[in-house]
Amino acid sequence: MSTAIADRAPASGPESIQTFTVTVIIRRFLPGIDLEPRWEDFDVEMLPTDRVLDALHKIKWEQDGSLTFRRSCAHGICGSDAMRINGRNRLACKTLIKDLDISKPIYIEAIKGLPLEKDLVVDMEPFFDSFREVQPFLIANSKPKEGKERVQSPEDRARFDDTTKCILCAACTSSCPIFWTDGQYFGPAAIVNAHRFIFDSRDESNVRLDILDDKEGVWRCRTTFNCTEACPRGIQVTQAIAEVKQAILRGKP
Amino acid sequence: MPTESDSTVVDGVHYHQFDVVIVGAGGAGMRAAIEAGPKVKTAVISKLYPTRSHTGAAQGGMAAALANVEEDSWEWHTFDTVKGGDYLVDQDAAEILAKEAIEAVIDLENMGLPFNRTPDGKIDQRRFGGHTAEHGKSPVRRACYAADRTGHMILQTLYQNCVKFGINFFNEYYVLDLVMTPVTASDGTTSDKPSGVVAYDLATGEIHVFQAKAVIFATGGFGKIYKTTSNAHTLTGDGVGIIWRKGLPLEDMEFFQFHPTGLAGLGILLSEAARGEGAILRNSEGERFMERYAPTIKDLAPRDIVARCMATEIREGRGGGPNKDYVYLDITHLDPAVIDAKLPDITEFARTYLGVEPYTEPVPVLPTAHYAMGGIPTNVNAEVLSDNTTVVPGLYAAGECACVSVHGSNRLGTNSLLDINVFGKRAGNNAAAYALTVDMPPLPPNAADWVINLVESARASNGTERLSAIRKELQDSMDRNAQVFRTDETLNEVTRVIENLRERYKNIGVQDKGKRFNTDLLEAIELGFLLDLAEVVVYSALSRKESRGGHFREDYPTRDDANYLVHTMAYLTGDAHSADAGDHIRLDTKPVVITNYQPMERKY
Ligand SMILES: Cc1cc2nc3c(=O)[nH]c(=O)nc-3n(C[C@H](O)[C@H](O)[C@H](O)COP(=O)(O)OP(=O)(O)OC[C@H]3O[C@@H](n4cnc5c(N)ncnc54)[C@H](O)[C@@H]3O)c2cc1C
Ligand code: SF4
Ligand code: FES
Repeated sequence: MSTAIADRAPASGPESIQTFTVTVIIRRFLPGIDLEPRWEDFDVEMLPTDRVLDALHKIKWEQDGSLTFRRSCAHGICGSDAMRINGRNRLACKTLIKDLDISKPIYIEAIKGLPLEKDLVVDMEPFFDSFREVQPFLIANSKPKEGKERVQSPEDRARFDDTTKCILCAACTSSCPIFWTDGQYFGPAAIVNAHRFIFDSRDESNVRLDILDDKEGVWRCRTTFNCTEACPRGIQVTQAIAEVKQAILRGKP
Repeated sequence: MPTESDSTVVDGVHYHQFDVVIVGAGGAGMRAAIEAGPKVKTAVISKLYPTRSHTGAAQGGMAAALANVEEDSWEWHTFDTVKGGDYLVDQDAAEILAKEAIEAVIDLENMGLPFNRTPDGKIDQRRFGGHTAEHGKSPVRRACYAADRTGHMILQTLYQNCVKFGINFFNEYYVLDLVMTPVTASDGTTSDKPSGVVAYDLATGEIHVFQAKAVIFATGGFGKIYKTTSNAHTLTGDGVGIIWRKGLPLEDMEFFQFHPTGLAGLGILLSEAARGEGAILRNSEGERFMERYAPTIKDLAPRDIVARCMATEIREGRGGGPNKDYVYLDITHLDPAVIDAKLPDITEFARTYLGVEPYTEPVPVLPTAHYAMGGIPTNVNAEVLSDNTTVVPGLYAAGECACVSVHGSNRLGTNSLLDINVFGKRAGNNAAAYALTVDMPPLPPNAADWVINLVESARASNGTERLSAIRKELQDSMDRNAQVFRTDETLNEVTRVIENLRERYKNIGVQDKGKRFNTDLLEAIELGFLLDLAEVVVYSALSRKESRGGHFREDYPTRDDANYLVHTMAYLTGDAHSADAGDHIRLDTKPVVITNYQPMERKY
């Protein structure tokens, strides 16, 4: 006897029991072995409700252990697995197979604009450097009442809610054509994180406006909206950048 | 980023020196870093980028009796924690947790955390399971929260403050061993003292030794011993496993929490905050079944109770769906505006992963392995213990990897985000203070040898067993035999499975032979930790012939205070690879600290 609550994996509907074969074509790069990245095909049995991350795991676990990608939470919250799936930046763990056109192969490659390390892994340091450079922490000299919170109205709290959702996945920055051609550009993610503090009523600093009023700052943005489309958290990235531009021109709100 | 001048290279191994080394950059590790960093030379070593840590997945809230929205007191919070843990909680520790909660929340707010606010601008609070006013009379609003991404905001805020303080991070470094140096005391006795850790750098495949005066373990949980879990792929219990392999004890490992509301089939969590905001659990007949089991607080009963009630409904044929194998979480009666403001992320999970629209349809849910109550035993100063009372000088642990024990046999929701902040802060402070009083301990000769051997033998392994197959069999068997319900028979069954898998593990093949970003090799090493820990969990569970909190034995369905009101202490005594667990695990007990609250029957 087993004490399992339910022995079978629950199915959300009868149709989900059907598996089918998908072809996944991955841009591989093994340092020390490949001189240039190359495309490699894999056929995998999948359920419609599986995620692209499940497909990558199936390949790694059943076919080729050397396939390399980052992942952790598997539900869109840690920001590890942004990659280009059929030419669009997405999180592999938040992209369901059934939402892609499975009559055609699924193309997967690393995000662009950051140095390629291995397969789907890029060097994230330049990305985090830009984030750290905008001084992404609360700067306030006034002291809250001893042992008490700073007061903030629900409206003031709502003002920057959208940009607090960022998981630093780099989907936005690595979808930006300006960033592809100029790696010095701060990029949308850093600006989003600056926005989160510029519009926080508790923050008292203007330093981020100075930092972003730079030739590599907000003025490089050409409002192509790639970032907003890429953001897996649904953040209005382009709007946040526009608001930071306004704040530079008119002063902090 | 760390400066290279900090390190020297001898025979291809990098050597660094820090006063305090923190292993893990989740909530507990970074909260410790914020205390230690400004005082002494500190490094944080993490196998993930800090903001990828699983603290970021926490949704519902962090408990503190701020009394911002209704009357509350830390004493009530202490009582709830003790009762919620089915009286296996050390009551002195629970009192510290509840008292220091208030400062912990205020610290985070002052650091910048964007809590939701009340109309008058204070931190808003909401209800959560097991948190009550006046010792169980009615649910109380005690959970401080930021929508349903409280953990995300804690993780971000702590990382932001680490950036502010210029903390040294070594990201994507896997710590694989704790270095101990034999020291002879003035009375001639020798004992082992921690002198650092050894880490594997994912990017380069090189080995780094971090020599340190004090080491803090903050490596999180090990939910990946189960198949259905809310835990991340990376939560493989490495830190707990390292301590175990050093011969140091692990406490209360049989107590694992199964959270009632995981998305059916996936395990992805839907926070208890949903029920805090009014969601209702229903069976296939649409009945609000929790009314029958816990008439006072109904759906807000503690997790172990709700998970068992759900399982009972399913077993008695009142489950939903084609296979009658889940129940429903119903929020269709809530105002969509409230859902959007307070539960946006979890409703999106239901839409994305199950294709269910929570505004109008109830969501299929099942219990999911969620939280390790047990772990590395510490005292209230976050100092690691080598037996029931002896402190290992210079070694600390905090967060989910530690067992203080503030959660006893069942953790209350919102008490873990609290735990990581309160005991993370204590660990950071105490480790820094300790480091200021001692000299750098010498490293033993060949400090890195064990890890070099572990890594090279994993890389060289060309066996026929797939590590994914072994892991899957472990996880399937743990779900089947050591989940919400357990019996002697099922635990013996999974014992045999683990024994067999440990044999097969010796014959695995690692396909990736490269040095750079070799995640194949690391998954093999992580699987080794999972197998070790699953064995301890099951062995401890077999010996506890009673039901308490998260550990429910169908063959011993009642709590037995006369024989089991004690913590379990497990020690690795022999060859970890001998087949029979009994040959290498010794169990002992440790008294529970009882101050104000005598054990009572747990009714809600
Ligand atoms: C989905 C979900 C929702 C939750 N919601 C709540 C809630 O609402 N309220 C609440 O109180 N609790 C909640 N919890 C529980 C709580 O979030 C966790 O218990 C807590 O965040 C653990 O924090 P930690 O710092 O101990 O570990 P983690 O945040 O898991 O961090 C572990 C760290 O250790 C590092 N690490 C691990 N192994 C190694 C190694 N070998 N070498 C180097 N580094 C290593 C990792 O990189 C990581 O940085 C939730 C948990 C889950 C899974
Ligand atoms: S703004 Fe969106 S896309 Fe950009 S890093 Fe943050 S979460 Fe990712
Ligand atoms: S694995 Fe965490 S976001 Fe995809």
